[in-house]
Amino acid sequence: MELSDVDRDLLACAANGLALVERPFAAMAHDVGLGEDETIARLRALKDSGAIKRLGLVVRHRELGYRANAMAVWDLPEDRVDAVGQRMAAFPFVTLCYRRRRAPPRWPYNLFAMIHGTDRAVVTAQIAGLVAELGLGEAPQSVLFSRRRYKQRGANYARAGHPVSRQEASWTSSTGAS
Amino acid sequence: MKPQSRLARALIDRFQRDMPLEPRPFDAMARAVDSTPADVLATLGEMQETGTLSRIGAVVPPGVLGASTLAAMEVPEERLDEVADHVSTYAEVNHNYEREHALNLWFVVTAADRRGVDDVLARIERHTGLAVLDLPLERAYRIDLGFDVSWS
Repeated sequence: MELSDVDRDLLACAANGLALVERPFAAMAHDVGLGEDETIARLRALKDSGAIKRLGLVVRHRELGYRANAMAVWDLPEDRVDAVGQRMAAFPFVTLCYRRRRAPPRWPYNLFAMIHGTDRAVVTAQIAGLVAELGLGEAPQSVLFSRRRYKQRGANYARAGHPVSRQEASWTSSTGAS
Repeated sequence: MKPQSRLARALIDRFQRDMPLEPRPFDAMARAVDSTPADVLATLGEMQETGTLSRIGAVVPPGVLGASTLAAMEVPEERLDEVADHVSTYAEVNHNYEREHALNLWFVVTAADRRGVDDVLARIERHTGLAVLDLPLERAYRIDLGFDVSWS
């Protein structure tokens, strides 16, 4: 997907967050040097092309009561990981699922699934369900529950000399049993 | 679930994926949830203050805009807060969590390009004297599509 510089600036601003004002796209238009109508039209085109996956509220799971947050990981052979990953992604309780590069010997795992739950026992049972349904009993596995969040905010794509969103996203630190 | 106001719940349920793309989006959102633009803006502001709402904006798939990676560190328990706070100071770090594992600190680094990511990882290693594992994405099977909250 080839993006123009102005589209990149627009995406960076949109990713960082809209101002909570009556006409947020006019505010964004001002930052990137476009008109309001063109800003809206370009955002729509970026959404249609998939460069924006979604546009709307980005919530924090913990504040909504989802405190049992697990990162479940497996080490699967290259010829099997994609098929398993695609099936795993279809389970409704799997929020995110992807393949990452291993860092052996310290980190041998290549398949990752994130599960956000309210109850650790339920999440543990859901992971056991994945293992059973997808035949992962033999695969090396680990489950890493989150303990404390130090930071969560939107990605910062701003480049030096380019506009940053008007809204300085804030982050909070929180503790909690999970 | 932690009880939220009726309006907050309605906004979360309806507008995680497709907020209106029009000059006055909060007017359209207010009409859809039977409220007023002023109440919608006030509620979103409150949600942001209390931390429920990270932001209202775009979720961009990895790789579209810049480069990112998931990084992990094994930090001695007595240094965890110090190292985690240092990691959080980088604007390029957007998520930073302690997890239950010998590799106990996990964070996402996003920058305009791969060199920017490498630079942050190298600076963290230099500053802390600890190794940082670099686990870049190879393929996404499911990315952030919003989150169905059960309010019961």
